[in-house]
Amino acid sequence: MNSPWKILVVDDEIAMRESLAAWLQEDGYGVDTAASGREAVEMARETAYDIYFIDLKMPPGINGIETMLEIRKRQTDATVVIVTAYAAVDTAITAIKEGAQEYMVKPCSPEEISIFVQRVIKMKSLQRENVYLRQKLAKQYSFWDIISKNSQMHAIFDLIREVADQRSTVLIQGESGTGKELVARAIHKASDRAARPFVGVSCAALAETLLESEIFGHERGSFTGAIARKLGKFEIAAGGTIFLDEIGDISPKLQMDLLRVLQERKFFRIGGTKEIRMEARVIAATNRNLQEAVETGSFRDDLYYRLNVINIKIPALRERKQDIPLLADHFIGRLAIETNKPVCGISKDALKLLLDHGWPGNVRELENTLERAIVTAHGEVLQVADFDFLERNRHTNAHWDIPAGISLSEIEKHAIEAVLEQTGGNIMESSKILGVDRSTLYTKIKKYDIPR
Amino acid sequence: MLLCILPVEGVQEVDLYEMERFVEKTLPFRTRREVAMLLPPGAHDPKRDQYDGTVILRAALELCPADASRLLVVMEQDLFIPMLTFIFGQAQLDGTAAVVSLNRLRPESYGLPPRRDLFVERYLKEILHELGHTFGLTHCPDPRCVMSLSVNIINIDQKRAQFCGNCTVRLADKLNTLRRESGVTEE
Ligand SMILES: [Zn+2]
Ligand SMILES: [Zn+2]
Repeated sequence: MNSPWKILVVDDEIAMRESLAAWLQEDGYGVDTAASGREAVEMARETAYDIYFIDLKMPPGINGIETMLEIRKRQTDATVVIVTAYAAVDTAITAIKEGAQEYMVKPCSPEEISIFVQRVIKMKSLQRENVYLRQKLAKQYSFWDIISKNSQMHAIFDLIREVADQRSTVLIQGESGTGKELVARAIHKASDRAARPFVGVSCAALAETLLESEIFGHERGSFTGAIARKLGKFEIAAGGTIFLDEIGDISPKLQMDLLRVLQERKFFRIGGTKEIRMEARVIAATNRNLQEAVETGSFRDDLYYRLNVINIKIPALRERKQDIPLLADHFIGRLAIETNKPVCGISKDALKLLLDHGWPGNVRELENTLERAIVTAHGEVLQVADFDFLERNRHTNAHWDIPAGISLSEIEKHAIEAVLEQTGGNIMESSKILGVDRSTLYTKIKKYDIPR
Repeated sequence: MLLCILPVEGVQEVDLYEMERFVEKTLPFRTRREVAMLLPPGAHDPKRDQYDGTVILRAALELCPADASRLLVVMEQDLFIPMLTFIFGQAQLDGTAAVVSLNRLRPESYGLPPRRDLFVERYLKEILHELGHTFGLTHCPDPRCVMSLSVNIINIDQKRAQFCGNCTVRLADKLNTLRRESGVTEE
């Protein structure tokens, strides 16, 4: 059988599995059978089946739901039908909750089973077709995971190709969510350093002393809490690339230290006496206007010139709107698989809504928005209604009524979420609005598990 | 090439005759009627009061004459497989044997007045469909083709008692291979 669609029937009763397999084979599918959950898991390791029919009760060993969960670990998009002898509502609920697409009580009518299989296969073939088309498109418009057909972005791709092999420092500027790290990684991957480490440091996330030890490392006992020697990111990056994100947020002291390293290309671990050579290429990024910071004196001009040897300015998403359909398509394809939802496209009207949105949080906001829409969507194509929350958020931020019985920490969480939404995830701006410093804000974001 | 028809006790002589005429007209086979078969005791499910198609196919294969290229079991009793509430028929895909039940093919089964022509038309379609499976044909997406899947009587009535163009081509290839294997030369 050379059917492109493979089905696995899992049942401990031979008559049950063999007869269902034979019946499905008449439909032209490639059907295999397994006599136990363990055998099924083994077989699923070899072949990614499109549909699994799994009997709920299979003594001894693992039951149907456990089998499904085990298969899902490797194949997140597997379609599973849990088959059972009795119509017990609680088992049905468990099966569906744990991720089964369908729950069938045997014997079922031939009609029910064939309609289900046909629906799944139709959906999967549509998805396959889309994946193929997307890959073709993505190849055409992508450069090391960055997707764009915008001319400014293509000028950036050209620049990256040109400077990838040089050792010069690069300064990447762009609003938050524009993909500064992706650009940094692209430079690294396109360079002759690609096989060596790419090490990222988020300068805004840590308090000054911690950041210092993070970057330069420290010797044992160099400060309270330094119980062992620790290698800094500069050392770990070795001959690779070090990416200093949110460089605009570092303290004057660290600016000074960094300048020295860039000038002398060597440094010391904190509390250390041994000189260490700096081999890594430095790429820095910021969403602040560094030129302005230099003028107001909050950022050293000599460091600025050291960093700004090669300058890359990433346009905001609102300046490259032609990429929105391309990016939406790309994210839908990936997120539908990651979230195991049968979504395969977006309606014209919904796309228009996305094109009209301002995207203060840029590509990251677009991705988060699509993920939220996909998770709650009911159909195969995203509709305007699936993006209701885009409007609603705006309103809830404007008039914020505090619900009764809410705890102080919940209020804090909501406040942080609202401000982040408002600033498009800009930490600098958000911390100013909230009146806390950046590392405090980061700690709270982590504590409340707020997605950014 | 020889197709043996193996009836189960209870099938009417007149229906068997219709089937033989139809098969010989439609397919390049001679037919021969075997002595009626007794249903194997294990085939009957007392709880469902139905007969297990898989068990019957297995028992029929043991009775298959050596000179038969295909074996068709025809019965009045209702068929099932454990996973499904009922089946109209079953076949070994690209194999030797097929079984068809006449149980659900009469208009009376659906509370309608009897119609002999409709009943005959239905079982001829089902016979051709299951035999198609023994020639390796799988279900056809064309609802008018006899190889389209029928899960209810409406589906059966929608299709014709013949293969669509695609299925005909595939069937012809298979028949040519069979002829070569059995040493029959084409006239
Ligand atoms: Zn069939
Ligand atoms: Zn056909």
